[in-house]
Amino acid sequence: MAETSSTEWADLVVDATYARVQLTGHWDTLALSRLERRLREMVWPAARELELDASGIDRLDTGGALLLLQLTRQLEQAGLRWHFNGLQPSHQALLELVRRRIPGQPLEPPARPFGRIATLGRASSLYLLQFFGLLAFAGELMSRLGVSLMHPRRIRWRELFDEIYSGGVTALPILGLLSLLIGVVVAYQGGVQLDRYGANIYIVDLIALTTVRELAPLMTAIIVAGRTGSAYAAQIGTMKVTEEISALRTIGIDPMELLVIPKLLALMLSLPLLTLMADVMSILGGMLMSDLTIGVTPDVFIDRLPHVFAFERSFLLGVGKAPVFAVIIALIGCFQGFQVQGGADAVGRHTTISVVLSIFLVIVADALFSIYFSWLGI
Amino acid sequence: MTREPVIRVQGLRTRIGVTLIHDGVDLEIQRNQVVAVMGGSGAGKTMLLQEIAMLYRPTAGSIRLFGTELEEIDPQRAGGLRRRMGVMFQQGALLSSLTVLDNVALPLREHTRLSDEMIRELAGLKIALVGLPPATAFKYPRELSGGMLKRAAMARALALDPELLLLDEPTAGLDPVNATAIDELVLSLKQELGLTVFMVTHDMDSLWRVTDRVAFLGDRKVLACDRMEALSGNPHPLIESYFQGRRGRRGRESMWAKN
Repeated sequence: MAETSSTEWADLVVDATYARVQLTGHWDTLALSRLERRLREMVWPAARELELDASGIDRLDTGGALLLLQLTRQLEQAGLRWHFNGLQPSHQALLELVRRRIPGQPLEPPARPFGRIATLGRASSLYLLQFFGLLAFAGELMSRLGVSLMHPRRIRWRELFDEIYSGGVTALPILGLLSLLIGVVVAYQGGVQLDRYGANIYIVDLIALTTVRELAPLMTAIIVAGRTGSAYAAQIGTMKVTEEISALRTIGIDPMELLVIPKLLALMLSLPLLTLMADVMSILGGMLMSDLTIGVTPDVFIDRLPHVFAFERSFLLGVGKAPVFAVIIALIGCFQGFQVQGGADAVGRHTTISVVLSIFLVIVADALFSIYFSWLGI
Repeated sequence: MTREPVIRVQGLRTRIGVTLIHDGVDLEIQRNQVVAVMGGSGAGKTMLLQEIAMLYRPTAGSIRLFGTELEEIDPQRAGGLRRRMGVMFQQGALLSSLTVLDNVALPLREHTRLSDEMIRELAGLKIALVGLPPATAFKYPRELSGGMLKRAAMARALALDPELLLLDEPTAGLDPVNATAIDELVLSLKQELGLTVFMVTHDMDSLWRVTDRVAFLGDRKVLACDRMEALSGNPHPLIESYFQGRRGRRGRESMWAKN
C-alpha cells in the first residue's frame, strides 16, 4: 500500500567497464520493492569477477540483507564470481546472521495428502459425521429435557426467564412492525384482485387464512432464527473458544443443563406467543389497508372475522407449528455453537451455518406440515 | 538528533471513567536499550504500552516517539511511526484465519510492493529468526503451543524490521525453558539487530537477565527507573515489598549463582 515517499530507495548502478556494481541508498524492507523488481530483469556485464561496492549502503535491515543474499545467489547462477568492497562491519555481521538463519530450501506448503476423490470422500464422510453428531446431540438433549421436566427443580429458572426476555420480549418490536407490513402487502395485492370481482368482503378470509396459517408462523420463525438462533451459536461458540464450557464441566455444571435446556424451553414457550402477536399485527395491517384501498371498513372486517371458514382451526394449526420451529432453531443454534473449534473465524463460520441451516430446515418443516395437513384434509 | 530518546513520556496522565490510572508518568528509553516496566497488577503497565503503541490516547501529558509528539499527530505520520515499531500482544493476537506464514507476511503485503516470493522468503526468515522450525509456517495459530504462539507473534512484530519492539508480557504463561528461550531471543534481537525494546513483564528471571533498565510503576507514576541491581535495593515501601516476597528474591539469587 503506502510506502514512505521520503525514503531513499535502495538502488544499484552497474559500471561495466570496471566490473563494478555500486550499491546505494537505504536497504530497508520498506525501500526495497523497486530494486527487487529491477533485479529480476537484470543483465549482468560479462566479467569474470564483479566488485560489489557496498560503501554507498547507508542503512541495512534483515530485508535488505536478504536482498543482498539474493543478489549474490543470482550472480552465482549467472556464473559470476563476486566480492564485497566497503561493507560496514555491522552490515557484514547482519548479512552473516541472515545467511546463517535463512531456511535451506524455500518454504513449501505441505503436499495435500489426498487426491481429489479422496477429498470428496472425506468431505462427504465429514458431513455424514456431522449429521450423526446432530442426531446424537438431539437425542442427548431430549433425554436431558425429559429428566428436567420430571424434576422441575433442576430447571434453571433464572436462565430460562433471561432467555425468554432476550429471545422473546426484545423481539416484539421488530416482529410487530414486520408482521404489520406483511398484512399490508397481502391486503394490497389481494384487494385489487378481489375488487375486480366485487368480492371485497372476502379480503378478510384471504388475510386471516394466509397470514394466520402460513405467513405469520413462517416469518416469526425466520426472524427468530436470524436474531436468536445466531446469538445462541455465537454465545456457545465463544464460550467454547475461551474454554468456559470446559470450566463449567470441571465445576460440575452440565453445560447442556445450564445453556441448552433453558434456551430450548424459552424458545418453545416464546415462539408460539410471538406467532400469536404476528397473527394479530398482520391482521391489523390487512385491516388498515382494506379500509384504505377497497373500502372494507374495520367494523365490517371485525364483524366478518369470526365467520371466516375454519378460522379457529387455521389459527391452531399456525400457532401449533411454532414449537416445532422452536426446537429446530434452538437445536441447530446450540449444536453449531458446540461444533466450534479453534478461534474467532470458527465462531463466525458456525454462526452463519446455524442461521442458514435453521431457516432451511424451518421451511422444509413447513412444507412437510402443508403436505401432512392436506393429506389429513384439514 | 542522535541522542534523542526513542521513547520519551512526560507528565502522562490517564483517566478511564473515574479511575485515575497514571498521574505524572515520566519515562525515557534510549536507542538499543531493553527497558522493562514492572509493578503490581492494575498499575497501568499494559495501558502505558498501549498508549505508546498509539492504541489509546492519554488524558494529558506528552509521549514522543522517535522525537515525534503523538498528541495531534496526523494519520499519515502515525502510519509512518507504526511501521517503525512492532507490537506483540499478551495473547499473541495472531489472526486465527491465517497460517503463521501469512500472519508474518501480512504487514509486508500491506506496506511493501515486494514480489510474492520475496515476501515469503522474508517471512520465512523472520520465522527462522525467532527459532521456529520451518514446518510451523503452514500451521494455523490454534495448532501451536503457547511458546510457539509467542514466537510466531514475535515474528509478526519483526516483519517490517522495526526499530522499536513493544512486548506485553512476552514470557507470561510459558514454562521456564520456553521463557528462557524468549529472553535469549530478546537479547539477540537487541545485540544483532540493534533493536530498542520496551516490555511489560512480571517475570523476575527476564527482568534480571535481559533488561538494561527497569521502571517500577506504582502509585500512578514511575517510582524508580534504574538498573535491576539498584532497583531491588530501593527503599520505597512498594518496591521493597515487591522484592521481599520469595518469588522476587529468586531471580536475584539465580543471578548471583551464575556470576
